[in-house]
Amino acid sequence: MADTKRKAAALVSGGLDSMLAARVMQDQGIHVEGLNFYTGFCVEGHTQAIRRQDQAKQKRNNALWVADQLGIRLHILDVVEDYKDVVLNPRHGYGANLNPCLDCKVFMVRKAKEWMDAHGFDFLVSGEVVGQRPMSQRRETLPVVQQESGIGDLLLRPLSAKRLPRTRPEREGWVDRDRLLDFHGRSRKPQMALAAHYGLTDYAQPAGGCCFLTDEQYAVKLADLWQSRGERGYELDDIILLKVGRHVRPAPHFKVIVAREEGEGNFLHGYRKQHVALRSVSHTGPYALIDGRPTEADLALAARLVARYGHGRDAEAVTIGISDRGGPERELVVAPLPPHEIPAEWVL
Amino acid sequence: MSRATLDCRRLLCPLPVIRVQDRVATMHPGDELEAVCTDPGALHDIPAWCRINGHRVLETGSEGGEHRVVVQVGAA
Repeated sequence: MADTKRKAAALVSGGLDSMLAARVMQDQGIHVEGLNFYTGFCVEGHTQAIRRQDQAKQKRNNALWVADQLGIRLHILDVVEDYKDVVLNPRHGYGANLNPCLDCKVFMVRKAKEWMDAHGFDFLVSGEVVGQRPMSQRRETLPVVQQESGIGDLLLRPLSAKRLPRTRPEREGWVDRDRLLDFHGRSRKPQMALAAHYGLTDYAQPAGGCCFLTDEQYAVKLADLWQSRGERGYELDDIILLKVGRHVRPAPHFKVIVAREEGEGNFLHGYRKQHVALRSVSHTGPYALIDGRPTEADLALAARLVARYGHGRDAEAVTIGISDRGGPERELVVAPLPPHEIPAEWVL
Repeated sequence: MSRATLDCRRLLCPLPVIRVQDRVATMHPGDELEAVCTDPGALHDIPAWCRINGHRVLETGSEGGEHRVVVQVGAA
């Protein structure tokens, strides 16, 4: 082992594998600092933050939690703008939904390499396990990440290292290959045993990934957004709003986003200056926004729709307040739309 | 020594943490930064970020749906 303390940047997602990979490096006396990327699609906390019924729950950012547990610094990088190209033009295509997992991994490793180079770190550590994920963690795809990202043999995967070719940190003796691991496949038992070995008892449980792009319902809404606008593209507010409320599209040129509870209503209210907003005046009811360019007839339809989701759903008439991008509110008296007049295909 | 305010309203975590992180990087040890947030998660995340990066939380508070975290920049 060289005299100089080597420095490794570790990709920290907040899950168990990346936590263990960083911990294994600490065990070998490596100075480790964490990197975490914010793409805009991260599941982390958003739904809890928006929905009032969840606000009593203890919220935490798992990547920060992991760093805190390991006693390492964590750098969270905002990659929202650069990440668009990954989502819109994935070289390796999408997974089951709109998840470009392999391109995503290449992107993150490339970004991590840029960070390492700028901050004088020696190598990169990730928690990948051979054969664990169908797209980005197959034996055939692991070299693709190294090659396309430009990281080459400076990427060490401590949890599967013994099943992979020697990397430079191993060859140079910066780390001891004998003390690395040979995990593979989808079983979580080896990771749980290693966590127990390190006394790590509190960690995020795998729950279908950390990215909304793997979520079928979310992917449907994103595809709808692109189709309705006639182009593939998005801004951060667009993809945040896809996480909130019930999305109902009566026509290609507009959709109504209806809050499902008070917390979502408060959140949507924050966007009132960018959209047409509707609220129920005569009865308790949801807050809603319109995305698109509605005509006067569309507004009447949207008002009836909002009335349908409020306490006045069985009333003959409901008064709905409408304001255009924060302007003065006017009122429309409408009959709530009966459920049978809301075709299933409207609801995204 | 200076004190600055950072508007993180409407931002969902971890964006308030990122904004604090980026602003703190431009400040000096001892300077203070007050982050005003609407995501209650910031009350946990900003202190956690401060703890692991060597900064100090001087004050936290919530009022009217807004959450304040006052950070004192630590030594680099």
